[in-house]
Amino acid sequence: MVQKLDRLKETPSQTAGPYVHIGATPNWVEITGVWNEDLGLVLVAPETKGERIIVKGRIFDGSGTPLKDALVEIWQADAQGLYNSPQEKRGKADPHFTGWGRQPTDGTTGEYKFETIKPGRVPYKESRLMAPHITFWIVARGINIGLHTRMYFGDEEKANGECPVLARIEHKVRVPTLIASRSEENGMPTYTFDIHLQGEKETVFFDI
Amino acid sequence: MSDQGSFYQRDRSWHPPAFTPQYKTSILRSPQYPLLSLENTISELTGPVFGHDKLGPLDNDLIRNFAKTGDAIGQRIIVYGRVLDENARPVPGALVEFWQANAGGRYRHKKETYLAPLDPNFGGCGRVITDEEGRYWIRTIKPGAYPWPNGVNDWRPAHIHFSVFGHAFAQRLISQLYFEGDPMIWQCPIVSTIPDKQAIERLIAALDRENTLPMDALAYKFDIVLRGRRSTMFENRMEGN
Repeated sequence: MVQKLDRLKETPSQTAGPYVHIGATPNWVEITGVWNEDLGLVLVAPETKGERIIVKGRIFDGSGTPLKDALVEIWQADAQGLYNSPQEKRGKADPHFTGWGRQPTDGTTGEYKFETIKPGRVPYKESRLMAPHITFWIVARGINIGLHTRMYFGDEEKANGECPVLARIEHKVRVPTLIASRSEENGMPTYTFDIHLQGEKETVFFDI
Repeated sequence: MSDQGSFYQRDRSWHPPAFTPQYKTSILRSPQYPLLSLENTISELTGPVFGHDKLGPLDNDLIRNFAKTGDAIGQRIIVYGRVLDENARPVPGALVEFWQANAGGRYRHKKETYLAPLDPNFGGCGRVITDEEGRYWIRTIKPGAYPWPNGVNDWRPAHIHFSVFGHAFAQRLISQLYFEGDPMIWQCPIVSTIPDKQAIERLIAALDRENTLPMDALAYKFDIVLRGRRSTMFENRMEGN
């Protein structure tokens, strides 16, 4: 017998199921009075630094139907490229921006929508910079383990061209699945990031 | 030497695969291309923090946190345990959220149509933040089993859903807790998406007679393990780590 490594195995994942909102956004499903507000609905305060943007989109299954029961979480750096996390050792992030958001997809249209700020660039290895991006985590009925992906910004062509993570994608034809197009809606810069679980336009998902 | 390195690679043969035809909804919702393997960057090594000040006194008491006229109906239970990482170290400050059906197997959700009645005193959500030793506990009622549209006669075993935030977004996890001795576990198409029996057993809470509250509530022990990080022996620290 050799010595033991004394390591544990990660708790295995199970689907979030159709009623994930009861736990994550109870007020949204009319379970009121338990907690004051659903966590992660609001990212931006009046004092938050950075360009206000809307990030929205839908999540499509293999038949092209949008998911109406999914939950989307985002995690991003502040306008300076700092994360509001104890693990962030490079400096102090904007105290008025948590960087974390959570929204259900709409029960009728399937759309999710975040009001946030455009993040700054953050470093990869050897001081190379990644392009500005927002990390996405998607769970729903029928998804057995949460899906990680990233949204990049369509108006950051130069930064995207230099991004070491985008450069890792062997099939260049798939890079656009991670890039949101910019438009203007009601006077707000709006990025549309549709996610495709299957099919020709299947989004690049990460094993991180 | 400290745990500042990247996370151990996730064992994808231990977790359920995306495509599991016995669970029909997974067929059109499972990515078909391989996942792109990405060494952790600072975007995954960081994560949001939730302070104890976010929580109210009844947040971990599902018997009372929605109650209007009296306690929720059902078998009273305590679920307790620790959140650990793969290095067997406690994870303090972890937010754990729970949701479940009531004692009749009915969820309080606008899209739920099962004929079992709602309990006016049961909402079905709870949450807790682990203490310095990674411990948590909640009080609730044992949820009922219920039928669901998959096969014509498929039933879910009694279960409590849970969601965990550790210290990094790479640790994000959602899963389900089952109860010791329930024969329904082994008939469930969602449970069986997990290919390894030992892995399934890790989701079964143990009945703990020693921690029952006499004349009040049964106790179940349930530990949760999140991904662990490498130690940075001889390793150059990553920029921003």
